[in-house]
Amino acid sequence: MSTDDVVTVNGTPRSLAAARPESNALDWLRAIGLTGAKEGCAEGECGACSVLLARPGIEAETEWVALNSCLLPAASLAGQEVVTSEGLGTPADLHPVQSELAVRGGSQCGYCTPGFVCSMAAEFYRPGREDFDHHALSGNLCRCTGYRPIVEAAEALGAPDQADPLLRRTTSAAPAASPTRAEGWIRPAHLAEALEALAEPGAVAVAGSTDLGVEANLRGHRPALRVAIDRLDELRGLVVGEESVQIGAALTLSEVERLLAGRVPLLAEVFPQFASRLIRNGATIGGNLGTGSPIGDLAPALLALDASVVLVSAEGERTVVLADYFTGYRQSVRRSDELIALVRIPRPLAPDVAFHKIAKRRFDDISSVAVAHAIEVREGTVSRAAIGLGGVAATPIRASEAERLLVGASWSPEGVAAAADALADAGTPIDDHRASAAYRRAMLGQSLRRLVASS
Amino acid sequence: MIGVSRPHESAALHVTGRALYTDDVALRLPGLLHAHPVTSPHAHARVLGLDPRPAYDVPGVVRVLTAADVPGVNDAGVKHDEPLFPDEAMFHGHALAWVLGETLEAARLGAAAVRVDLEELPSVITLGEAIAAQSFQGARPSLERGDVAEGFAASSRVFEGEFEFAGQEHFYLETHASVAQIEDDGQVFVQCSTQHPTETQEIVAHVLGLASHQVTVQCLRMGGGFGGKEMQPHGFAAIAALGATLTGRPVRVRLTRQQDMTMSGKRHGFHATWKVGFDHDGRIQALDATLTSDGGWSLDLSEPVLSRALCHVDNAYWIPHLRVDGRIARTHKTSQTAFRGFGGPQGMLVIEDILGRCAPELGVAPEDLRRRNFYVEGQATPYGQPVRHADRLDRAWQAVLDTSDFAARRTAIAAHNAQNPHCKRGLAITPVKFGISFNFTSFNQAGALVHVYKDGSVLINHGGTEMGQGLHTKMLQVAATALGLPIEMVRLAPTRTDKVPNTSATAASSGTDLNGAAVKDACEQILERLVPVRKTLQEETSAAPAWPDLVRRAYLDRVQLWAAGFYRTEGLSWDASAMRGSPFKYFAYGVAAAEVEVDGFTGAYEVTRVDIVHDVGDSLSPLVDIGQIEGGFVQGVGWLTLEDLRWDTSEGPHRGRLATQTASTYKLPSLSEMPADLRVTLLDHATEDGAVYGSKAVGEPPLMLAFSVREALRDAVAAFGHGCPVDLASPATPEAVFWAIDAARSNGG
Repeated sequence: MSTDDVVTVNGTPRSLAAARPESNALDWLRAIGLTGAKEGCAEGECGACSVLLARPGIEAETEWVALNSCLLPAASLAGQEVVTSEGLGTPADLHPVQSELAVRGGSQCGYCTPGFVCSMAAEFYRPGREDFDHHALSGNLCRCTGYRPIVEAAEALGAPDQADPLLRRTTSAAPAASPTRAEGWIRPAHLAEALEALAEPGAVAVAGSTDLGVEANLRGHRPALRVAIDRLDELRGLVVGEESVQIGAALTLSEVERLLAGRVPLLAEVFPQFASRLIRNGATIGGNLGTGSPIGDLAPALLALDASVVLVSAEGERTVVLADYFTGYRQSVRRSDELIALVRIPRPLAPDVAFHKIAKRRFDDISSVAVAHAIEVREGTVSRAAIGLGGVAATPIRASEAERLLVGASWSPEGVAAAADALADAGTPIDDHRASAAYRRAMLGQSLRRLVASS
Repeated sequence: MIGVSRPHESAALHVTGRALYTDDVALRLPGLLHAHPVTSPHAHARVLGLDPRPAYDVPGVVRVLTAADVPGVNDAGVKHDEPLFPDEAMFHGHALAWVLGETLEAARLGAAAVRVDLEELPSVITLGEAIAAQSFQGARPSLERGDVAEGFAASSRVFEGEFEFAGQEHFYLETHASVAQIEDDGQVFVQCSTQHPTETQEIVAHVLGLASHQVTVQCLRMGGGFGGKEMQPHGFAAIAALGATLTGRPVRVRLTRQQDMTMSGKRHGFHATWKVGFDHDGRIQALDATLTSDGGWSLDLSEPVLSRALCHVDNAYWIPHLRVDGRIARTHKTSQTAFRGFGGPQGMLVIEDILGRCAPELGVAPEDLRRRNFYVEGQATPYGQPVRHADRLDRAWQAVLDTSDFAARRTAIAAHNAQNPHCKRGLAITPVKFGISFNFTSFNQAGALVHVYKDGSVLINHGGTEMGQGLHTKMLQVAATALGLPIEMVRLAPTRTDKVPNTSATAASSGTDLNGAAVKDACEQILERLVPVRKTLQEETSAAPAWPDLVRRAYLDRVQLWAAGFYRTEGLSWDASAMRGSPFKYFAYGVAAAEVEVDGFTGAYEVTRVDIVHDVGDSLSPLVDIGQIEGGFVQGVGWLTLEDLRWDTSEGPHRGRLATQTASTYKLPSLSEMPADLRVTLLDHATEDGAVYGSKAVGEPPLMLAFSVREALRDAVAAFGHGCPVDLASPATPEAVFWAIDAARSNGG
């Protein structure tokens, strides 16, 4: 076995040689006999495929991160350490998470259970954990139990035993993202090498693969070459400066959430509502903008924050204001040889912020409408207003007319009425399976009124 | 052992990823072939030609299966209206042929290469279109008692309405999966995620032109079923079996979520028109209704589902004069099928919606209107079955009122609502009465096989399947109790058609009643044979013999140590054409009170508290039973509030396509929909005579406790308005609630 294709799974080195170019991590694990992780949806919505990966940590050298294995390219595991439900414990020697779930009736049909076990274990080992954060399970679906026994199992968990091998593993360095190459796959050593690889015909950049993975699984998308950029140091910095906040494009949303620790309050409102923890553990801020989805929840917030993106290519860097970045449905000014290097948010930030996500389900749903407000009210009058919208046009947009009417208006139900009406007319909402156009318009119209009522 | 809370018998395997499901087994087989369907891109089309040759140019494609390959009957159903390889595509996504490949990728690319020539035909997609076109199929039953004209004449208030409500996707986490192998002498061995192994066996046999004894079906366990694997797995199993027969290699059919959602049947959506009459005291005098279910393209189980809907339109209420007509629409959609409750929820939703809508018109609180109309002992259902134990309904109701502090919370909610223009709370309490047994009397039988080995260990086998409901856990408890052994002495073997034949589907909540009684019968036969052995040993040693000694001696004395148990439910009768009889062994009762909080700006809501008292008789296994109650309740809340099946009803190129065909577009309840405060109590003093150890079935009835959430939403919406009746769509998504609030605010202001 060359180091290029060895993965440590449950402590044992396993060869990736049998993985096919289109194989995701789940397919590969199941093909080598580790059938605990299941495919429930193949698009990162159900969490039945959740496994643990050892990743560089924020509060510890290494942290166990739960990820949807159905979205990860199998090739991306090279050199990494994976733990599955089989590796956490055995029927005769259950892991604490497994034991709590088992005795409390946390499994009925059992099919979602290994995924819950892994998501719960990641939270169990989270450094500095006091209470169990329910959001850790926001990406796992159970159709049998109604969740109550699962939540009780989670809440019954104590701290890991000091001798627990997975806890001990967190004190030494995580596996490095060594450069690897496989059929249709490259993990470059540096940004320069990545940019070079991206110039090859049919090459696409892949970070958390939470979007490309869905395209691969559901629509048979088979790019000629995937260039892994998720572990490039050049794309993983975060700086909170006087003038701006700079966020490296390859930081995952979970990492950004923790590194910012509430210092950008609007983003702090978005993160818990953005997909699920399992997705946020993989999805990167650059990837979210890179896909150009009109309903991504981050773009409306970043628009309201007047953010810019820095694009990098072999020819150099350029900065593009986010409002000018999107050009059409899933299209942007970014050329195929360019990468998003970082997102820059200017300071000072507007003090009054809100993120209104309208969806059928509260956890892990796609917005039918998203409205991000960044407003400043001085002595009862709006002095500054930026409103970003998602789900109401082919791209995320700013609600310019509403912003214009809002500045100078008094901060009261009557004062914002004209702006609220203008907001209702923003964009070109459509009827689809998520919501009617009429409801989307109504939600736009309600958003400012709701914000005033709650302030 | 009975009545003791025990974790699921496979819990330790579930949590360690070692519990094997059909596809886990498939992946362990050498030489496995993978199957991928060639599907119709139209809702309705004639197949003019199908050319498999281009598929063979795809590397790794091994075989294309078409109608010409079927040695037996080209049909996947029991009504002979479901061709396995159709010459007319009847819904968007209908499988027309299947491709076998060395890899799933090869099969997928091969399927894309198959050339299909289709002539698109006009399609019927919505219930409204079907009713307008009089597109119906199957029986058109009527349930009638008394004289509705007389009832309306005696009514002081008469209301009429129309209500169309959605079906539901099962979304078992494990999609349909089958794997077939050919064993010695051509014996076909199919492992299948099926609730009905016997029927899977029969359909595989008739497709292959074999006798039943040449086909064995095994179901290790299912990753959820909920009725979706009662009839729907057969065709997929037949494809695997046909592929294995033709290639001599194991063949796996495992649907992706998208394929499962677009190809397999769901809970029926219904359309109802109704007219109801009340007397001065708010007592129902008459109900005249027409229920039209959306059957999809073939009959499947639509007829019995409709029968059960008709038999549950009364729910818990005495309706002296009643006429309900039922019809099954034929539409170009998936063939709708069994789903937890089997039509019962749809019938009951009609009456609960009527009561919720009419209460404000009658000037009566909904909870009072409901209780006032409860059955009392001595009354009978419209189909003539006495409502035994009707007092339990009232007892459970009172228990919920008391423990939920209902009256005080009503007052507190009114005060909250008066203070908060943009946020309203709602509270409601609703009952469930659900008939237990298969409507079709013959299905109410079961078999079991119990082996006692020479070392005293016991192996049991029965005809029921495990889908997470805890049936196997209860069967172990029944066997251990019946034999008087510690449960560790008893082991359970997978469900197989060559162990127990001619089984009924594990359905209708009847798994424990039927199989438990059969297991108990087998155990008792063995114990009976051991009586003289025990006596002999006791005389010889003047001590009660230990079980291993007893068994050892029995063997030496040539006493048979295994037995086949059998059970048939006595006292049932049903005339399906007259819709009369006593089809149910008993009724299961339950009551739930739910409180919600609704945001007036968006229609978004939270379920803040739920109190449930449910009747499971003497619980065999409280942890399992409470799990069924909570899980059923949340699944019902999903159906009524969140889960939104949308088909493309436009005249565009994708007409008939399921628009919500993935987990990202079809949302089932997640952790965030769990009630913040959920309290479940089992009804006390509830022994059920004649059922196994006094227990009652629990699989389906709790789903309908979710009506309380829907009615609480209606209550909260009303608080935004001015006392007018509230029309609420189903599912009551945040958008639907928002429009209901919008209407409430503008009505009668």
